[in-house]
Order: sequence, then structure tokens, then C-alpha cells
Amino acid sequence: MAGPLPMFDFCADPSTLPWYSWLACYLTTGTHFNFYGSFVTVLLLLAVTAPVALAFGFLGATAARSPVAPVSLLGRGYIVAVRGVPDIVYFMFFVIALDQGIEWFKHLFVCADLSQPVWNGNEFSVCSAAKVPLATSAAIWHKAYAFALAVFTFAIVFGAFAANVIYGAMQAVPRAQLETAEAYGMTQGQVFRRVLVPQMWIYALPGLSNLWLILIKATPLLFLLGIQDIVYWARELGSAKTSGNNPYPHGDWRVYYFLALLVFYLVFTRVSEIALSRLTARFSRGQATRAGEDMRKVVAQ
Amino acid sequence: MTCLETIQSYALRSIGIGERLLPREGYDLCQQFTLIGSGLIWNIYFGVFALLFGFFLANALALAKASRSRWLRKPAEWFIFVFRGSPLFIQFFLAYETLVLLPKAGIPVFGMTIETAWTTKAWAGALLVLFLNTAAYSAEIFYGALKAIPKGDLEAADAYGITGWQRFRRIEWPTMLRLGWPAYTNEAIFLFHATTLVFFSGFPAFQQRGDALYYANYFADKTFNPFIPYPIVGLYFVVLTLTLIWAFGAMNRRLNRHLPSNLRPRIRLRPQLVR
Repeated sequence: MAGPLPMFDFCADPSTLPWYSWLACYLTTGTHFNFYGSFVTVLLLLAVTAPVALAFGFLGATAARSPVAPVSLLGRGYIVAVRGVPDIVYFMFFVIALDQGIEWFKHLFVCADLSQPVWNGNEFSVCSAAKVPLATSAAIWHKAYAFALAVFTFAIVFGAFAANVIYGAMQAVPRAQLETAEAYGMTQGQVFRRVLVPQMWIYALPGLSNLWLILIKATPLLFLLGIQDIVYWARELGSAKTSGNNPYPHGDWRVYYFLALLVFYLVFTRVSEIALSRLTARFSRGQATRAGEDMRKVVAQ
Repeated sequence: MTCLETIQSYALRSIGIGERLLPREGYDLCQQFTLIGSGLIWNIYFGVFALLFGFFLANALALAKASRSRWLRKPAEWFIFVFRGSPLFIQFFLAYETLVLLPKAGIPVFGMTIETAWTTKAWAGALLVLFLNTAAYSAEIFYGALKAIPKGDLEAADAYGITGWQRFRRIEWPTMLRLGWPAYTNEAIFLFHATTLVFFSGFPAFQQRGDALYYANYFADKTFNPFIPYPIVGLYFVVLTLTLIWAFGAMNRRLNRHLPSNLRPRIRLRPQLVR
């Protein structure tokens, strides 16, 4: 129950310990390290999702600005679709939809018998060779697959919001800047790369900062996607344990575990806010905005 | 079962009226639209009441945050920080686990017993969390609006000798509402979206009386087909969102009726999603 080996020697019989050593033993059990590990899962999700969502957003915004009508429509459709509907609906929808989509696609290639419909009544069934991951795969692959699906779902939803922000930022870059670049004989691609993109970030930053804070606060939804995340472990570890099956019996401590999670998120969002305000200052340098102008004046004096 | 019978059995299922068992077969469009629509009652209940009560607390908090007195300002700042800085999902869990810890038999006060069991029910406990949460978000909006009141308006009030409560009621408060209204509309929309979290966050759905997403999840689990129930929820929420925009837009027009039409702020939907 308490993991492979206790971390401290004195943990052999916890029931005889004074409260502080008991706590030290309790907090270093194997299951607790799973709990601490799940914080890494959250950070990993953020580290992977943020750039992927940003890339989705960039593609979506670029597509929405495209002069080619179908591409533009696709980009706009992507941006509009995620508004107006609770995002949690998308989370729950995409996880199943992606899973089924991938298995169906694999089904078309690897299954010998394609005569049976995949969606049959209330069943979704593909042949065992088309299962992702295969039923015979190690548990780690099942976990990795579930996590990858969750990341992709987060990226799709947040990508749409990022696309919205970046699209607005691209529109906010002064028209004269682009026209000047064109007047110098730059091609459309050069204008985009050299003038539009470098200048758009400062307009996008307030929206993207907001999005980052929202993304942090969305991470507990991993629990709903079936990942063993911090919410899962807080519920597991906090629920009352009797002395029969556990060397560390305690009452219902879930409230303390959730309090710890609350503090974790408060600290995380506060640190992010401070870091983002520094980043905003950094990006304002040399920009044709009020903040950039203020900085120029300070230097000039 | 015809569609009319389905509607009779399930249209009010989420509040415990009608058929006791949820549908076990068929799962046709009529069933899904009816039951998910029935769940929407809960979303509207949570949204409307949290918004209504939250509005008053938000006003008080915004004023407290703008106050010169430390004793008013600091608690308001902390309240707003805690509720805006942490995920609503965690707040739901924490509130539920705290409410569960209240003594089951009730708290004796002066010989009387105050019942506590009802606080763990979703209709009360989740409403409390949503109320505090939306109050914090709205307070931040109103605080920003309070700070953005044009200097000239206040100077004009001074020049007319309007001070104190009169100045607040006739100049500051209406201007604050007017300036904050587009952002407040967004807050209202996303509060309604946030109500879908309730039955996935600790609060049990008593006798399977859940909200729209709860029933959509039920159908998706039963049919293994997410492509029907979730778009239905989406559709319902788009309609709900449009209704909200219309209602808040009407209020927005009323608040700005003294301005020339080209200067009136328009309500724009901006993402705030999960909180």
C-alpha cells in the first residue's frame, strides 16, 4: 500500500510515532509521490499545450485573413465555433470523437473484415487490431495515449481562442506600416514575415496573457478527461482511511488536499501575472504604442 | 413511445417531475432534445440566481476595493484574488468537501438546531460557489469601471454641489454600470457556461436530476456516439447565449440612452471560458 519502501527508517511502524514524524512518513509514501508526480503532469500539459495552441491559433488567424475564400471561411469557422458554447462541452466531446476518429481511421487500413459497420446501434466496435492503443500494450501506453488526446483537445479549444486574439492583433497593426512595406517593394510574404508578425505580438499579448491564465485554471478539467491528475489524487488520498487496510489511517481530509490545490493555483496564477507583466514591458520596447513611446521618452531624457 | 409522450415524460425530469427512470432504449433525437433541454432548467436556475445575488455583492466589493480604508480594501482585494485566481472546478470541490464536514445533525444555536444537510445539495452549495465566484469577477469589472469614470463628470458634480450619497447614486453608480456593462455581459454569458461544471465537480445529481451536460454525458455514455448529444447541448447554449446578449443589450441601450447613437458602446463577445 505504502509504496516500495518507506523513505525514512523510522517509518516502519507509523502508529507509534509522534505527529511530526508521522506526518513526515505520511507525506513520503509511494502514493504521495504519485500525487506530487501529477503536478508534473499538469506542468507538462501546460508546457505542451501552450505552444501547440499558439501554433493552432496562428494558423487559424492566418487562414482567416487569407484572400482565398474557402481557406478564410475555414479559419473563421474555427474561431467562431468555439464561442457561444461552454468549452467543457468541447472537452468532453473531442476526447471521445478523437478517440473514435483515430480508431475508425486505423480500422480502414488494418482490419481484414470491413463489412460490419463501425457504429452499429449503440456500439462502437473496431477489430482488435485497430484498437488504439492495442489491448496488449503496456499500461504506460494507455496513459500516454489518454494524455496525448487530452493535450490535443486542449490545444484545439485554446487554439481557437488564440486564433481569435491573434486575428484581432493582426488587424490592429497600423495599416500604414504594411502599406509602407509594400511601397518598398516587399512581396506579400515578406510583409507578413518582416512587418506584420513582429509588430502584432504587442497587440496580442494582453489577450494571450489572459488566455494563459485561463489555461492554467482549465488544467483541473484533465480529471474529467480521465487523466490521473492532481484532482484525482487529492480525492484518492484525502478520502477517509481506516486502520484495517492502511498504515496511515485518517479521517476525511479531502478538504485539506483541495485547500492545498487552491493555494497551488493561486501561487501559480500570481507568479504568471508578474512574469507576464514583465514580458509586456519587454515587448513594448520600440513599438508604436503608448507604452513603447513612454519607454522611448525615458531613454531620450 | 411517440415524441409527444417523450416530452410529457421527460420535459421536467430534471426537477423530478415525470418518468422516474431515464430512457433505457431508443435514444432517438426526440429523447435527447427533451432530456437535455430539461437539464437546461438547472443551468438557467444557477445562472439567474447567481447573477442576481452576485450583482449586489459585486457592487459592494467594487466599492470596498475602491475604498480608501485599508480595512475595507484589503479583504475585498483578497476575496477577489482568491476567487479569480483559482479554478472554479477546485472551488466547487473545496466547497463541497467543506460543506460535507459540517455536523450532520445540525448546529445547535440557542437551543435551536440549524439544519446543515441541505447545504451539500447542488441547488444550495453549488449556487453559493457560483454566487461568490461571479461576485468576484463582476466586482473586478465594476472596480475597473469605477476607476474609469471620466474626471469631468465628477468635477461637474462638484460644481453643482452634488456630494456624498447623492453623487454616488446619481453620477458614479450609473456611470460605473454604463462603462462596465459590455464586460459584465460577457461575465454573465460565461457564468452560464460555467454552470455546466456543477454536476461534474463533487456535487451529486440527486436521483439523476442533472443539468444539460449531465444528460448529454448520459447519452454519450449509453450510445457511444458523442456526435449527437454534445452538439445538442451546444445548440441550446448558443440559443441561451443569444438570449442573454439580447437581454443585456436592451439594458445596455437603456444605460446609454443619453448618448448620441454613434458613441454608444457595443457589446462584443470576448473569450473568458473556464474560470
